[in-house]
Amino acid sequence: MDIISLTALELREKVKNKEISAREVVSAHLDRIKEKESKINAFITVTEEEALRAADRVDEKIRSGEELGLLAGIPVAIKDNISTKGVRTTCASKMLENYIPPFEATVIEKIKKEDGIIIGKTNMDEFALGSSTETSYFGATRNPNDTERVPGGSSGGSAAAVAAKEAPLALGTDTGGSIRQPAAFCGVVGIKPTYGLVSRYGVVPMANSLDQVGPFGRNVKDAALLLQAVAGHDERDSTSMELDIPDYINSLTDNIKGMKAAIPKEYLELEIDSNIKDSFLNTVNILKDLGVEIEEISLPNIKHGLPDYYIISTSELSTNMSRYDGLRYGYRAKNYNDIDDLFIKSRTEAFGKEVKRRIMLGTYSLSKGQADEYYKKALKVRTLIKNDFDKAFQKYDIILGPTTPNLPFKVGEITDPVTMYKSDLFTVAVNLAGICALSMPCGAANGLPIGLQIIGDRFKEINILKAAYALEKSLGGVM
Amino acid sequence: MVTKEVVKHMAGLSKLEFSDEELDHFTEEFSKIIEYVAQLTEIDTEGVEPTYNISQKTQPLREDIVRESLSREEVLKNAPEEQYGYFKLPNIME
Repeated sequence: MDIISLTALELREKVKNKEISAREVVSAHLDRIKEKESKINAFITVTEEEALRAADRVDEKIRSGEELGLLAGIPVAIKDNISTKGVRTTCASKMLENYIPPFEATVIEKIKKEDGIIIGKTNMDEFALGSSTETSYFGATRNPNDTERVPGGSSGGSAAAVAAKEAPLALGTDTGGSIRQPAAFCGVVGIKPTYGLVSRYGVVPMANSLDQVGPFGRNVKDAALLLQAVAGHDERDSTSMELDIPDYINSLTDNIKGMKAAIPKEYLELEIDSNIKDSFLNTVNILKDLGVEIEEISLPNIKHGLPDYYIISTSELSTNMSRYDGLRYGYRAKNYNDIDDLFIKSRTEAFGKEVKRRIMLGTYSLSKGQADEYYKKALKVRTLIKNDFDKAFQKYDIILGPTTPNLPFKVGEITDPVTMYKSDLFTVAVNLAGICALSMPCGAANGLPIGLQIIGDRFKEINILKAAYALEKSLGGVM
Repeated sequence: MVTKEVVKHMAGLSKLEFSDEELDHFTEEFSKIIEYVAQLTEIDTEGVEPTYNISQKTQPLREDIVRESLSREEVLKNAPEEQYGYFKLPNIME
């Protein structure tokens, strides 16, 4: 049996029915990781022993007839900025190279409670700052579709692991597109949930008002399964909401007739690869054939999303990064004169270029004399962007757009920071507005995948999942 | 346009250090980024309230109950240097 090609849901059924054991599932994926990692480098740490032990526990549960969780026997890869008790969590930085969290993130507790199996920690841009997974202290991750190209970022390791069949499911984090853009680049499904749906407890913060944890899968149902497992209120994250979480999987149907969708004309006016534009318009026609009512609308302020995002996210980031002082955990410089020198040397030696660049930008935006002009201004523009979406969702169920303006680029190709930032042109506004969105494969050009972004209102994940599921079926399943 | 002096000042506030060569390069790059984000200052936001956080939720209160937290041993496990059960740092006072 070709275990690694099965979907997460198929794996679970086969494990439950004793067709295969959880140990066989985990072993097959560990073998795949060994075979692929020299080319892909999706993982920073592979938790082989823990994963096999966890698999044995699931098999034991099956033998003794105990009730099984949603993720029974399914390997899950975890982005390395999500705290795993006893397993090092590096944020792909020299700063945390040897940091071993003494506690577990809520999402990890939930996965374990549902009998999911943590198979390893995935590579990322250092501290989740980037769109290519090239800034990792542990070396770049490669795109499984073309190993000369980047997998996107910052959750590039998670997206690549799922695309390369090293794991059927993975968790990432998305602050400005860090799940959706790599999902598009690698040809998998990635969901950025509504702000407040998934607990951020134990997730190393980048920009607290924008960060969300979300799933990757090779198809819509698999991704929805992992979302189901990790969603829900957590009293340890005061921004997580108390809500009834719908049954996502059983709500999916291929009938989406009458659904109302909007296309912001501003998205099509932005600089965009012609292959992506063609593929997007083609997909829109397929949705029309499925009975979706599609209209063009204007969201006049989304074009300000990118600069707005960079001011707000770096401001929050620069504050967050001040915790790395070389005193309580993390890297400490070997030679220093006094306490101030210890701070400076430890940070200067352990942070990479992009981290320093963004700390500096955030410090500037928050500094005396600039705070009103930049930070306060950005927060007001954020209100305008949010209002645009709120207004659109009074009339429409979903909003459609491409996920990225460009196809996956080559490793080392983009060196100018502003050009790199533009990878997130279509995704950042979603985080600023705190709404939900997913990226799914909708075509390919020159053998490289293209992503469609489906955006939904706050806590209306069900709408974007339904549309994605029906479209995926029309497109013929996994690309 | 951001000057080298401003960049140096920001580095100080950020507890980061750059060589002179890095500072020159950084000043140029930093100016480009600032120029890009400065387009925001042109937008009319008269009478618009700032959005700090999208969540409409008021911060919840909970009972002040003592709960188990991490042990001293667990907390110190990741310390670069520790002694007598404390984080060890250089002299702060003369």
